[in-house]
Amino acid sequence: MVGLNEWLLLSGILFLIGAVGVLTRSNGLILFMSLELMLNAVNLSFVAFSRFTGRMEGHVFVFLVTAVAAAEAAVGLAIFVSLFRLQRSVDVDQLNSMGD
Amino acid sequence: MERTLFYLFGGLAVLSSLWMVTRRNPLGSALSLVVAFLSLAALYAVLHAHLLFAIQLWVYAGAVMVLVLFVIMLLNLREAEVRPQPLGFGRFAIATVVVAAVGWKTFGILGRTVADLAPIEPSFGTIGAVSELLFTKWVLQFEVVSILLLAVIVAVIALAKRRA
Repeated sequence: MVGLNEWLLLSGILFLIGAVGVLTRSNGLILFMSLELMLNAVNLSFVAFSRFTGRMEGHVFVFLVTAVAAAEAAVGLAIFVSLFRLQRSVDVDQLNSMGD
Repeated sequence: MERTLFYLFGGLAVLSSLWMVTRRNPLGSALSLVVAFLSLAALYAVLHAHLLFAIQLWVYAGAVMVLVLFVIMLLNLREAEVRPQPLGFGRFAIATVVVAAVGWKTFGILGRTVADLAPIEPSFGTIGAVSELLFTKWVLQFEVVSILLLAVIVAVIALAKRRA
């Protein structure tokens, strides 16, 4: 039997990998994918808690998080496409021209 | 059985997400993220979340990743255009501090017994049981999400129609 600790540990490891990606990568698309991975890690802990408490609220939360993540994906990628049209690059380190 | 599946798909998820974070080419990252999402779907199945298993396959491994792959191929970033990034000291320091702090708390979980497995009904996690909860107790949140999706449709069309 796999304990709740191990599920939470797996979820935490995935969250950390995603956080490292968000903090260290400058390619916008990879940064975006790391964000998606962090959302999924949290979803995994929701599902694990749901299974161990026997209540299905966690599943409802994961459903809502998935909808929000899909919305975020659509808007985020549209922004990256517009950004690429302007700058020919999706490097977030070069986004320092907010004034002009 | 459950333990085998946990280690198999959990290990696969960790390895493919590590691979995803370390690639320079976004296409390789996206493909390994698909593997990570698929193994997360398998983990949901191990946890008896039948509806979420299907949603993970359709929405994440299907819709979202197809959109990401489409954008990557549309932008057509070549390896040469992707600048090899020098990791600045500030960034490295922030990442180290975050990993140390969160990792310390995360591995601290291992030592204690948190909860025992609750007995569940056969209908646990099926589409009927989850949607019954979703359409009674959480119906307001459900409607808010539908408004959010409508707003996103309008916003994305406004972004895409604008002449650059």
